[in-house]
Amino acid sequence: MPTVSVKRDLLFQALGRTYSQSYSDKLARVSEAGSRAGLRSPCCSCKNNLSINAIADEEFNELCFEFGLELDEITSEKDIISKEKGEEKAKGASDTILYKIDVPANRYDLLCLEGLVRGLQVFKERINLPRYEKIIPPQGEGQRLIITEETVHVRPHAVAAVLRNITFTKERYDSFIDLQEKLHQNICRRRALVAIGTHDLDTISGPFTFTAKAPSEIKFKPLNQSQEYTASQIMDLYRTDSHLRHYLHLIENKPLYPVIYDSNGVVLSMPPIINGDHTKISINTRNVFIECTGTDITKAKIVLDIIVTMFSEYCEKPFSVEAAEVVYPNGKTIIYPELAYRKEKVKSDHINKKIGISETPSSLAKLLTRMCLKSHVIGNGNNIEIEIPPTRADIMHACDIVEDAAIAYGYNNIQMTIPKTYTIANQLPLNKLTELLRLDLAAAGFTEALTFALCSQEDVADKLGMDISATKAVRIANPKTAEFQVARTTLLPGLLKTIAANRKMPLPLKLFEISDIVVKDPNTDVGARNYRHFCAVYYNKSPGFEIIHGLLDRVMQLLEVPPNEENGYTIKATEGSAFFPGRCAEIFAKGQSVGKLGVLHPDVITKFELTMPCSALEINIEPFL
Amino acid sequence: MSPSVAELLLQRLEREAAGPGAGLCSLETAAALGLDHQTLVGAVKSLQALGEVIEAEARATRRWELSPEGVEVLRDGSPEVRLFRSLPAEGLPQSDAMKLPGGSVGFSKAMANKWLRLEKGAPGGPRVVRAVAEVQDGVQESLQQVQRGEAENLPERERTDLKRRKLLLEVTLKSYWIRKGSAFSTAVARQETELTPEMIATGSWQQRPFKPYNFSALGLPPACGHLHPLLKVRSQLRQIFLEMGFTEMPTNNFVESSFWNFDALFQPQQHPARDQHDTFFLQDPAKAPELPAGYTAKVKKVHSQGGYGSQGYKYEWRLEEARRNLLRTHTTSTSARMLYQLARQEKFSPVKYFSIDRVFRNESLDATHLAEFHQVEGVVADRGLTLGHLMGILRQFFTKLGITQLRFKPAYNPYTEPSMEVFSYHEGLKKWVEVGNSGVFRPELLLPMGLPENVSVIAWGLSLERPTMIKYGINNIRELVGHRVNLQMVYDSPLCRLDA
Repeated sequence: MPTVSVKRDLLFQALGRTYSQSYSDKLARVSEAGSRAGLRSPCCSCKNNLSINAIADEEFNELCFEFGLELDEITSEKDIISKEKGEEKAKGASDTILYKIDVPANRYDLLCLEGLVRGLQVFKERINLPRYEKIIPPQGEGQRLIITEETVHVRPHAVAAVLRNITFTKERYDSFIDLQEKLHQNICRRRALVAIGTHDLDTISGPFTFTAKAPSEIKFKPLNQSQEYTASQIMDLYRTDSHLRHYLHLIENKPLYPVIYDSNGVVLSMPPIINGDHTKISINTRNVFIECTGTDITKAKIVLDIIVTMFSEYCEKPFSVEAAEVVYPNGKTIIYPELAYRKEKVKSDHINKKIGISETPSSLAKLLTRMCLKSHVIGNGNNIEIEIPPTRADIMHACDIVEDAAIAYGYNNIQMTIPKTYTIANQLPLNKLTELLRLDLAAAGFTEALTFALCSQEDVADKLGMDISATKAVRIANPKTAEFQVARTTLLPGLLKTIAANRKMPLPLKLFEISDIVVKDPNTDVGARNYRHFCAVYYNKSPGFEIIHGLLDRVMQLLEVPPNEENGYTIKATEGSAFFPGRCAEIFAKGQSVGKLGVLHPDVITKFELTMPCSALEINIEPFL
Repeated sequence: MSPSVAELLLQRLEREAAGPGAGLCSLETAAALGLDHQTLVGAVKSLQALGEVIEAEARATRRWELSPEGVEVLRDGSPEVRLFRSLPAEGLPQSDAMKLPGGSVGFSKAMANKWLRLEKGAPGGPRVVRAVAEVQDGVQESLQQVQRGEAENLPERERTDLKRRKLLLEVTLKSYWIRKGSAFSTAVARQETELTPEMIATGSWQQRPFKPYNFSALGLPPACGHLHPLLKVRSQLRQIFLEMGFTEMPTNNFVESSFWNFDALFQPQQHPARDQHDTFFLQDPAKAPELPAGYTAKVKKVHSQGGYGSQGYKYEWRLEEARRNLLRTHTTSTSARMLYQLARQEKFSPVKYFSIDRVFRNESLDATHLAEFHQVEGVVADRGLTLGHLMGILRQFFTKLGITQLRFKPAYNPYTEPSMEVFSYHEGLKKWVEVGNSGVFRPELLLPMGLPENVSVIAWGLSLERPTMIKYGINNIRELVGHRVNLQMVYDSPLCRLDA
């Protein structure tokens, strides 16, 4: 879930929150409310305002909860630096209160202060939803971005737009940069799907060309650098950059790198790595050229729509965006941004039935309008027409509209009812058997362990005197540590590790576990399957084979399997790499081998960092179902 | 049978006159009876255990005793006297004098007492000669006095001096001052410790007094096995689902294809959850050999082009990506398989399903996160289910868990819409904490399976570990799950009674 941090004062100012109400009655609730919200108190130096702020924090927290946001933390820059780098470093940092707000992962329109405020103000019916307008300049006067066919194997898509006569302030500018970063980290999948470049249009002249060239042929001064580098040098330059090094792999091994030029050969950017320094925007920039390049055109269009809808608010003509033409290698021309408004029709009955409420069509339309989905009743009065604005790419289906109606209605205002669905419960036979056996194994004096299903290759092979190829183990491709190399093929290592971690406990240690192991099996649809195993170990000054053997007899008795060759169980001497020679037997039941028991080999005991003799038993319980 | 020590003591007490000063000192009594003091103390304690037969007041007595060295002096005289007396009248060279009985210790003392004189200028080196004609051995006399038990008559200074010379020891003796108790009797019978089969057979138990039990001590712990606390909670949750009529799903397949884990749930192929950083993908077997052909085509279409009233995600859906095997990141993959089976039935019938099983995440590990945990999941499929129904069933479920104060927050899940997080007010933490996640499955998930259009599926999930940690007051998940578990905690964990 993305987290957006906004300055509380700016947020409240933008939300038009005033402190004119009478606080005397509210103050009484403050301490209770503040602690109920469980919020970390801000490092606020102005103690006088603390109680008023506490009310504001609590009210905002409640609003977030209702709207589906989460006020995750109240902090300040100073607090953050102090936590990360120590109090020394935090000296002089700003102690302006910051709200860290968790935003649902599909709500790209709430990733900046502008969007949050707009969403909440519309929700509270304090403003009407603005209408975003695309202005198409007269023929020949608009900006053009020409895509050449060289881009096709590295980054085939590009979209562009212009924000005209924008007025930045320090805060607006910072928010503009932050939004791009938030989009890059989320919908853009760390720039893999889409990369954004924003440029001071007054420093360049179109038409622009989006092409791809060999790294040695690209040369420019990257953003905030003092000299020109070739693309290859740029890659080396950023290899140790804490931020940019994460994106190098996206193009590094491609023969051609994507690059955007203006008509004079000035480099705008080398997506998805870095912009040119020449086109750098500042708070004095008046006209911004925005390009989004990527491998996913749908996401590129969404990203462009979000940036222009969020920041066109600060244009001379608010909420208007100047379109740009994108010319494809095949000559086709498309005008961007799309800023598409889509109409959906949903029956009011449908919404009521899905939520479990009975609102009138007009009331539902009003609820939806509060969620930035402008709606009105049409037809015979039972249908609602909903306009999906370009900011709400998350609305894919009527069910998304139903959810917004439910949020505006208030989840906690919905009448709870018990469904009439009548069903008879059944246990999974394998789990039922497991539950019954667990109880009787504990009654037999053994204690239940719960060990990990993932382990190292060493645990299931080397330490048991086996080669990994003999185990049929499922191997994990991307383990972060050796502890997660394979799925266990036996429960024994987990129990031995449990004993090793509890060597200080009084002897004997008697442990058991009934759980699943995993092996490759080409006959299943995924190529692997689980088996439910039962494993028990006895650890003491003497091996106690007779105790583990007795436990096997007891389990067979519980399973109603008699000790005989014909229709019961037998154990026959065998050898096993994990067992002491001559002290291992194979268990046969139901006409098949189900497992082994015996005294563990001293090498196994040592490798699991144990010192006492140990006997063990492990069987597959599935044949006994 | 000779009388027991306790009986002897009681007889002596019997003879004691009543009165405020009456009583016996345990030390004196032991000496008088010719017993070791400890033996008498044992008898005092056993009589005390009977109730009010005697009263015994503990006393600490300070006493002076001779040290082994003191005993030597008592026998042979003090070193200085011994030296004085063994010195010939003409004296001896100093080095020879030192070899006499009493030696160097006696020399310095005798010099200090001015009993001896050292002639430094004598021919053949310094010579020791007597300075007085006769001496008295005061030290020996003092020790004799102590031996007679009259140490208290010695001047304090002298005692301290003798103590410093390690001839006297000051010992503290614990003794009792014994008086008759309110229920005094000399006829105290020996008490039986335990009931025996003979007593039952002969009925002799009726005549015998029994030694009282010490009820404040703990009993002997039974030799038994123990169930793991997390699995005790699992049993209870299973029980709750069964009470609510939910059927258990077969979740015994940790390996899953991306198709069932993500694609079937309408989770797009570029979704962050499908990242290497979040999910364990398999190297072997890397790909699922088969996906259900016709259904796979429908899933591909709804992702890439939409349909069933949906816009879709509009991206190039790749079969190879769907075939990538992984360790399931949620049990909802099994729910998807079950709903697909349900859709293939001739006629739809409502179902309620549940499962509690392991899921795997390739996350950073900390005190509350492990790479594997147990997911609890409930699913209801029926015609006409509403969000109100979901909330109703959640209230029912959580009430059985002992959680009654609930509220719901809008949330985002890729495969449910509407989605709601479930919060409960935690009295201990004094705040609302998330206890589960829930929602209504998206039509893009249900309709490609072939479920009827008016069927809704509501579902919710939570982790098993979190409520268990809260229930058993465990702060570090590693102490609960995995081999680093503290077995003592397992041995000591109480019953899992969730509604209490």
